[in-house]
Amino acid sequence: MSIEILMPALSPTMTEGNLSKWLVKKGDKVKAGDLIAEIETDKATMEVEAVDEGIVLDLLYKEGDLNIPVNKVIAVLGTKDEKVETKKETTNSKLNINENEKKENKSDLKKDISIENKQNGEFITMREALRDTMAEEMRKDKNIYILGEEVAEYQGAYKVTQNLLDEFGDKRVIDTPISEHGFTGLAVGSAFKGLRPILEFMTFNFSMQAIDQIINSAAKTLYMSGGQINCPIVFRGPNGAAAQVAAQHSQDFSSWYSHCPGLKVIAPSTPYNAKGLLRSSILDNNPVIFLENEILYGLKGQVNNDKDFTIPIGKANIEQEGKDVTIVTYSIMLHKSKEAAKKIKEELNLDVEIIDLQTLRPLDTYTIINSVKKTNRLVTVEESWPFGSIGSEVANIVQREAFDYLDSPVIKVNSADVPMPYSLSLEKLYLPQVENIVKAVKEVSYIK
Amino acid sequence: MQILKKQDYLKIYNYMLKIRRFEERASQLYGMGHIGGFCHLYIGQEAVVVGVLMTIEKNDSVVTTYRDHGHMIARGLDPKKIMAELTGREDGYSAGKGGSMHMFSKENNFYGGHGIVGAQVPIGTGIAFSHKYNEEKNICRTYIGDGAMNNGQVFEAFNIASLWKLPVLYIIENNKYGMGTSVDRAAAGLDLFKRGEAFGIPGEKVDGMNVFKVIEAADKAGKYVREGNGPYIIEVQTYRYRGHSMSDPAKYRTKEELENYKETDPIDIVKEQILKKKFATEKEIEKINKDILDEIKNAAEFALNSKFPKDSELYTDVYI
Repeated sequence: MSIEILMPALSPTMTEGNLSKWLVKKGDKVKAGDLIAEIETDKATMEVEAVDEGIVLDLLYKEGDLNIPVNKVIAVLGTKDEKVETKKETTNSKLNINENEKKENKSDLKKDISIENKQNGEFITMREALRDTMAEEMRKDKNIYILGEEVAEYQGAYKVTQNLLDEFGDKRVIDTPISEHGFTGLAVGSAFKGLRPILEFMTFNFSMQAIDQIINSAAKTLYMSGGQINCPIVFRGPNGAAAQVAAQHSQDFSSWYSHCPGLKVIAPSTPYNAKGLLRSSILDNNPVIFLENEILYGLKGQVNNDKDFTIPIGKANIEQEGKDVTIVTYSIMLHKSKEAAKKIKEELNLDVEIIDLQTLRPLDTYTIINSVKKTNRLVTVEESWPFGSIGSEVANIVQREAFDYLDSPVIKVNSADVPMPYSLSLEKLYLPQVENIVKAVKEVSYIK
Repeated sequence: MQILKKQDYLKIYNYMLKIRRFEERASQLYGMGHIGGFCHLYIGQEAVVVGVLMTIEKNDSVVTTYRDHGHMIARGLDPKKIMAELTGREDGYSAGKGGSMHMFSKENNFYGGHGIVGAQVPIGTGIAFSHKYNEEKNICRTYIGDGAMNNGQVFEAFNIASLWKLPVLYIIENNKYGMGTSVDRAAAGLDLFKRGEAFGIPGEKVDGMNVFKVIEAADKAGKYVREGNGPYIIEVQTYRYRGHSMSDPAKYRTKEELENYKETDPIDIVKEQILKKKFATEKEIEKINKDILDEIKNAAEFALNSKFPKDSELYTDVYI
């Protein structure tokens, strides 16, 4: 009987892989544990082992084939006499909910991105947009350097710093020990002295180890020194939930950092604004918290290739105009909000205006207020916990500045007010979903 | 090291006494309600910072803890502007926004004045990183209290400093008490300088009540660091005459212990040497004493005559 070898899921967020290299050829005998292929994932290139014994009957993809979905059959093992029956299109019948779910999420997001048509520019991924912007600025200014865990030789835990070591060398692309408190303080000290570090947190969850240096040192020293010592530093890395990495590795720090004067806080949603906003952050003379999203790293979109292209900090983007309800959102929730808006248009014929905040601090209150004055209804959508969230502040500002314009109470859509659970079914329940947004829009519109 | 000359002895005496008189005046102004909040005095520890001062180069950097008034005076900062900061006035080094614990002078390569125990250690290590990055021959002297030597980020910084061979000289000011807890009740293992050993950082212990011994050790350590050998630790054994801060009556130690230390007062040691070597007469010393007293009096007067910051200053310097 033949044995199918499937494209394995090699990271929590991997939905597809590239076949870099076959380590076996047709007719080879393999036993369990033998290396059969090199697969490039969203994070790294990994070697795949055979788990069964047999003869390689067929290799269904060639070296260099891209975007092969997880659980697709990539090779067939069997005894010599067997013929290959599997076709390339065959999917594994055991495809579980997990993978269905991931695919669904990802393809939805892709659709969103592909309709972007803002500027003439090439289609690149979010991670490439971030990397290119860092490289462009590093070419201009020798005081910029990058440090963090696995940023250099490993090429970045999420490959955001891929190839930077090659170009800029180990003086400017620096691997640190797993020592957030120490290397964050070090980077802050170097910024006081005039360097311009870009500090990558492998994820923002680990920034909590260093939060004293971020707030007490980086954010406050300009004020405490009467304007003498500034701290030009960018703290960047993935923020929020990835996929099933549970409570300690999935939280949103938007409101934590936005609470603190002295910091600027950015949350890009597309490769296009990631580029413009990261450049503005690197050029800024203040400490900037740059909250990326792991699930968005692989998303492609058009970017502006002008080497000086910036999007100003403190400016929201009206992602789509509408007259009936305003949604204020940011980061990955922009994409869920757009999906919800589409459904609402189809089902209820309401035009939703979507504001992508882009910058969380300083907040573009002007754009929010103007939109609410037009639509008279407001829903905020974000991944963070509900208590004291960005939505809470937006609601406060709107009731203060546009009270008479509101036709209904503001509704916030947030994650559940609990630590992130592991189980896929609970994780889905925890995170804001399209149907939660649709429900909130109906509610502010008094539609049952 | 170079032999200390007459003017060096007088400089040492001058700085140590200036720090002592400044702190006494600060204590008085605190009692009168002109200085608020936390205020940590350096009395008794003068030999440490002045000893290190004798080995420092202009473009070297310094970063220290919240017990920073003496460090600022030793870095050549103006006592008038330090006192103005303590009294929260607009002429203070931080325009009245920092206070006793948070003072800086970029011009003098003085990077604080940090209020969080241990936080200055990674920061000082980062300043050293920038010296190396910019291929400067300068080093960063990073002061650490004995209390901070039980704080995790200190060891994270030690590890990275040694790993990357950064030009940082760590100076532990062991004044025997971390707030009200004696070192032996807080630290497992009393040789704090040995805590760098695991990271390959050499260290030694120095008598911090004798400025000449501090100079010798700081000179040797400074050279080691400046030559690109990586970090070095000196643990200076010192003693604070006052409590941890102004509000601390220091009841956790005996009067005898304090009196014992006062018998070998660091300033007296210098004065005796000056007289012995005939670098100055008693009369000349008295003149120095009076000049310093006047300078500090003027500093206090300047501070009290300086204006409080304008209300509009509340919202400046948050962003640049």
